[in-house]
Amino acid sequence: MTKNKLSLAEQMAAVNEYEREPVPPKKVKGFKSFVGMVASEHIAGTEFVIGPLFVLHGAAASDVFLGLLVGNILATLSWALVCAPAAVKTRLTIFYQLEKICGAGPVAIYNFVNGLLYCVAAAAMIGVSASSIGLLMNIDAPGLTDLYTSDPLWILIIFGIGVVITVVATFGFDRVSRFANIFAPWMPLVFLASGIAMLPTLGVNNVSEFWSVAETKIWTGTPVAGATQYTFWHILIFAWLCNSAMHIGLGDMSIYRYAKKATYGLASGFGMFIGHFMAWVASGILCAVALQEGISNPSPGQIAFMGAGVAGAICVVIAGWTTANPTIYRAGLAVQGLMPRFKRWKVTVVVGVTATLLACFPAIVSKLDQFLGIYALCASPVGAIVLVDIYVFPKMGLISNVAFEKGSKFNSIFMMAWIFSIVASYILYELTNADFYFFMAIPGFIAGGAFYLALSLVFQKKDYRKEVQPLTDS
Amino acid sequence: MKRLVQSVSFLGLGLTLVPSLFVFAGTLSLEHYKLMMLAGTMIWLCTAPFWVNGRKKNIED
Repeated sequence: MTKNKLSLAEQMAAVNEYEREPVPPKKVKGFKSFVGMVASEHIAGTEFVIGPLFVLHGAAASDVFLGLLVGNILATLSWALVCAPAAVKTRLTIFYQLEKICGAGPVAIYNFVNGLLYCVAAAAMIGVSASSIGLLMNIDAPGLTDLYTSDPLWILIIFGIGVVITVVATFGFDRVSRFANIFAPWMPLVFLASGIAMLPTLGVNNVSEFWSVAETKIWTGTPVAGATQYTFWHILIFAWLCNSAMHIGLGDMSIYRYAKKATYGLASGFGMFIGHFMAWVASGILCAVALQEGISNPSPGQIAFMGAGVAGAICVVIAGWTTANPTIYRAGLAVQGLMPRFKRWKVTVVVGVTATLLACFPAIVSKLDQFLGIYALCASPVGAIVLVDIYVFPKMGLISNVAFEKGSKFNSIFMMAWIFSIVASYILYELTNADFYFFMAIPGFIAGGAFYLALSLVFQKKDYRKEVQPLTDS
Repeated sequence: MKRLVQSVSFLGLGLTLVPSLFVFAGTLSLEHYKLMMLAGTMIWLCTAPFWVNGRKKNIED
């Protein structure tokens, strides 16, 4: 049987994603593969939510531009200097690398949290895409507080989108990357064009008028009634840490383990400056137009349709797809870590179906920000622990991958360090009255690394250190 | 042939962005801009898949 005539199941079974082994050198990918993926992944329907958030919370124009510039540079550097080097050094997913450090027990908890979060995130993207299709078909989207939707047409749209996303993710990294490349150059232009085209509506008729209108009509420095005031630091931390679980939390080791060089982490800059700078600014402009026209809480579909017509609505649908594809892919890897006997593609199908079902329950999906915050609290210390284990332990004579070396299923030192750092960062969150959990990602990151190193220095037995040689296979 | 398809694709990208500049300059209405953007979108989405990812590889490659 020729390759082209393999059945679908055989084709999927033939996809090897190296879930429990290093990616071999012949499978690494070029810079372009990462540019397309990250550029389209970070242009999601949610950009039409976050950009307006800065407008509604009264951020000043100078704070927005400066905060986004610095925050996005820091985010890019976090991928390039933290995540990608660890991924290229080990060529493993975070899930398997962590299992080697902490054993199957703790990693099961981590994988479960990851799998659940990714499912909710993908469900949110499916919901955003569906809302845009619903807008085009004149079908009312269910409210965010509705527990479930009983409109059969709405459910049909959700399942249609879910099928596309699941099939693409099931075929693995290569297909996810190729799918994203198709849309990567076009989506940013839709955001950019809609922002430019709406400027005259706000009274900007030449470039020199932009800044004064930006300060007086868009990012005015005055929040809408009932909203808290956002400052430079809010914007900076938002831009830097909204994806903290992916960069300093090392979630994107799953992606960058395919990178030929660690410097390919800089590809994330395309995602940051296109998705989290230009798109947030453009959607902020659109939000200001919506406010001017009396729409106080515009949906992503409404904003996109207002700014770019049907093309804008299509953009929101595709932005949801291209973000949900890698999300489902990562969720598949996380859940597959819980059940290593099952093929990744079968697990990914189950995850895709779960995300699609979740998308039918808007009330669950509306809690996405809380899930993301909890995930950031959990993931940042884990990232630091893995980094300390890879880079610091060998230099201090401590044993890396200790669970793997001992054949242990439960590394109690890891668990203690993880719990201590989560508790410490949560206490700090309460004391500082921060707006979002993920604002505590950096304290959690530092605490995780420090606790793990200190506890390992105290508890790793000297005789054990002598008996076991550090791993060299990764 | 590939060059021709690429040229059409880039025309689509141009139609997605450039009309917005004319709206900004006050020489094009929002309605016409949205129609041209939709045309550009369709052109890009229908032509880009033929060349963006280069030669198609077998899954086992």
